[in-house]
Amino acid sequence: MTATTTAAAPAPPRGAAPPEPRRRVRPARAVLQIFLAVTALAWLFPIVWALVNSFRDYEFTAQHGYLSFGGFTLENYRRAWVEGELPGYFVNSLIITVPSVLLILFLSSCAAFVLTHYSRRFNLVMLAVFLAANLLPVQALLVPLFRMANAVPLPYWISESGAVYDSHIGVVLVHTAFQMGFCTFVLSNFMKALPPSLIEAARVDGASVFQQYWRVVLPLCRPSLAALATLLVTWIYNDLFWALALLSSGDKLPITTALQNLQSSFFVDYNLLSAGSVLIALPTLIVFFVLQRHFVAGLTLGASKG
Amino acid sequence: MVPSTPSPPHAAEPGGAPPRSAPRRSRTALRNGRADRITLALMIGVPTLLVVGLVWLPAAATIVFSFTRWDGIGGLDTLEWVGTQNYTDAFTLYPPFWPALRNNLIWLVFLFLVPTLLGMFLAVLLDRELRGGRIYQSVFYMPVVLSLGLVGFIWQLIYSQDQGLLNTFLGATTGAEPVDWFGDPDINLYAVLVAAAWRHTGYIMLLYLAGLKAVDPSLREAAAIDGAGPVRTFTSVVFPALRPINLVVLVVTVIDALRAFDIVWIINRGRNGLELISALVTANVIGEASRVGFGSALAVIMLAFSLVFILIYVSTLLRGADR
Repeated sequence: MTATTTAAAPAPPRGAAPPEPRRRVRPARAVLQIFLAVTALAWLFPIVWALVNSFRDYEFTAQHGYLSFGGFTLENYRRAWVEGELPGYFVNSLIITVPSVLLILFLSSCAAFVLTHYSRRFNLVMLAVFLAANLLPVQALLVPLFRMANAVPLPYWISESGAVYDSHIGVVLVHTAFQMGFCTFVLSNFMKALPPSLIEAARVDGASVFQQYWRVVLPLCRPSLAALATLLVTWIYNDLFWALALLSSGDKLPITTALQNLQSSFFVDYNLLSAGSVLIALPTLIVFFVLQRHFVAGLTLGASKG
Repeated sequence: MVPSTPSPPHAAEPGGAPPRSAPRRSRTALRNGRADRITLALMIGVPTLLVVGLVWLPAAATIVFSFTRWDGIGGLDTLEWVGTQNYTDAFTLYPPFWPALRNNLIWLVFLFLVPTLLGMFLAVLLDRELRGGRIYQSVFYMPVVLSLGLVGFIWQLIYSQDQGLLNTFLGATTGAEPVDWFGDPDINLYAVLVAAAWRHTGYIMLLYLAGLKAVDPSLREAAAIDGAGPVRTFTSVVFPALRPINLVVLVVTVIDALRAFDIVWIINRGRNGLELISALVTANVIGEASRVGFGSALAVIMLAFSLVFILIYVSTLLRGADR
């Protein structure tokens, strides 16, 4: 990881003398390059440090200190995986994240479609209601949602608690309601930019409203949907608050709560904790590296307008 | 705000936004009449119901609860109205309140001073076509995909008192006594803020990169012809053109500073120097004391702060969207 970055960085990170310039390089530019390279290394450092130590034996580092070299092992990963019971947590995160993301994209694209193409009158007020909802502090919703989740019964074959509380359904619904606002706003901006003639043509051909949405508009929204999906996956996967608030049994909790288990002993094995951190970060890092273009597009979607 | 379409005669409802507004028919008649209208109603009705029912109603209920005393266990009939008592208690009797407010404020100021300025600076540097620019960008915003809680864990390896890198390094070079970076109430807030800034900077950089791409290049050329240096060009030409993105950054930063929660909760449940309003609300509501009314009052204080900025943000964005 470090190797590739330094190789690509044109200036040596601590270079006293800049490399022999082929073209004439202005000194200001060289200073900036060095500044960037040093900052980038500093930025990578915490992750690299966790990565390196996750492969080191605790006994070894306890004896020789962390500034030593050696004691490499895969044991931490095995222990984090088995003792931290990570597979179960990962499955729970999957059960929460995938339905939430699909539901959010479906419902918010429906809402955006109606608001852009059929409801001129309440368009702005509704968008405001949707968008502002996404920015409220979650703590302000905690008590009522907690009570509602406890009060609404679910059959036992769906939820062992007999209520929405402590079931994945509750968490999925709350995520859906909370994140839908932002997505509706972004998608309605996107849909507004589509040529109206497309829908007119579909209408003339006798397509029903749902066919106009599903066959004509939705396929055209694919880039926005992809960008939003990557964002939503990281946001929902990373959520800790609603998991703590709406779930209680250990076998229901998502991966964000798993690290605390690895820590709750008398002494903390930081190498084990590193391995756990790396494993938990892995899915979002993979999403980030594979879908980087979509991720960046998504983060700036809401911002580019206005 | 009001669109130019004349309202149909039967739509003489009063203004404001009735939450379950029936979708209007557009001027084009719907082909399949009734079926289409039901589809439309469902397509907008279900999402609206979710947003109103699971976000706005609970927010309203929190405001109501904030004027009551309630243990949160008994039914709603055990509610006891206490007027503004909870607010008075928060401001005068509750010891962690002022530290929390102060910490939230420090959080906000710090986010503005360090990650925002650094992120803007990095964006300006990376906006020019530099060699390796893409790689730098990826490096800086990689922490953005990690949860703030995980950021806390990753930084514990650096901050830990007995085994952390920072103390090991300081001890080896200066022989300093080990510092409990996350535990000492005088410094732990700043230690946490460094970790939070590590994550926030990339986000800000990304927003400004998008903003800079949208700045008309001819502005810069004109400034260059007029003989302005790079610094002058930025301060008097580019920065004013970034106004929309500055607003987004302002709001994002304020909201993030208010919402900060995961990292302090994971470190010590937001106590001992790491008090934040968000953590106090959570501790009061799901903690053992379960003081729902009081916790709600704290939540309403958060809500009030954020609503100011949300209103500015939403109205600006929608004015843009209206065009």
